[in-house]
Amino acid sequence: MINLNDFMLVSVVLFCIGLFIIVSKKNAIMILIGIELMLNAAILNLVAFGKYDRINNGGQMFALFAIVLAAATTAVALAIILNVYRRYKTINPDKINQLKD
Amino acid sequence: MSLVQILFYVMAFITLGSALVVAISKNLVRSIFMFFVTLFGLAGLYVLALADFVAVTQIVIYVGGILVLILFAFMLSGKEALVAAEKQSSRFISLGNIPAFLLAALFLVVMLNVVFKADINNLPWVKQAIATKNVVPVNGTGINNIGVNLMTRYLLPFEVISVLLMIALVGAAHLSRKEAAEA
Repeated sequence: MINLNDFMLVSVVLFCIGLFIIVSKKNAIMILIGIELMLNAAILNLVAFGKYDRINNGGQMFALFAIVLAAATTAVALAIILNVYRRYKTINPDKINQLKD
Repeated sequence: MSLVQILFYVMAFITLGSALVVAISKNLVRSIFMFFVTLFGLAGLYVLALADFVAVTQIVIYVGGILVLILFAFMLSGKEALVAAEKQSSRFISLGNIPAFLLAALFLVVMLNVVFKADINNLPWVKQAIATKNVVPVNGTGINNIGVNLMTRYLLPFEVISVLLMIALVGAAHLSRKEAAEA
């Protein structure tokens, strides 16, 4: 069987790729994808540990809630991105430097 | 090496490889579709972690919902996004990317250290779970148990998240509507 360490290693690498995308990309949509990658790395850990909780299903339940929360977050974030694009005509986060017009 | 292990390595390779392509690719559309592949690879990993229901949920919600949303946002935010993406320098490690690369690499070193120091396979509660046969069986489905738990033990979070989903729905609709004339 696969042991827990393997899952942890995959999720660590995935998390760091997500971090790299967030810091290096110049596009709000790519940054959102980076955040999703990091979230998925965390969910992978939850699921891997959830294997050792058959009665309460703690890990898998938490993973399900995290997935739903990620969906809600993405919907709101994309609405915000569309608004930002409408106002600034760009979605480069470096160029969006005003709270008020 | 058993079949399960080979499958695990294949899935891990698909996931990490496509995630790397997402990070490296200059083309935004290609990145988004490689993200699609990453999500499928992750669903495969969930199946190998004996969480089939979570894997199906992952495919339905992430691939069916979030990815379509991202594609919509990409198309609605016009050609400028593409032009800006083209302008980025073409190399993986360029001058602008060095801080990001360093940050990610150092973080990777720290986390790998933590993983190896933590000695996960010998955690007390994991050992106890194995001793008391509290491990998800390989040949049975746990979906029945998930449904029962969702309606008993996790009923309050379930209801709270339904309210939160409705709030997010209303909020997203409110944010993305056309502004009123005087605004």
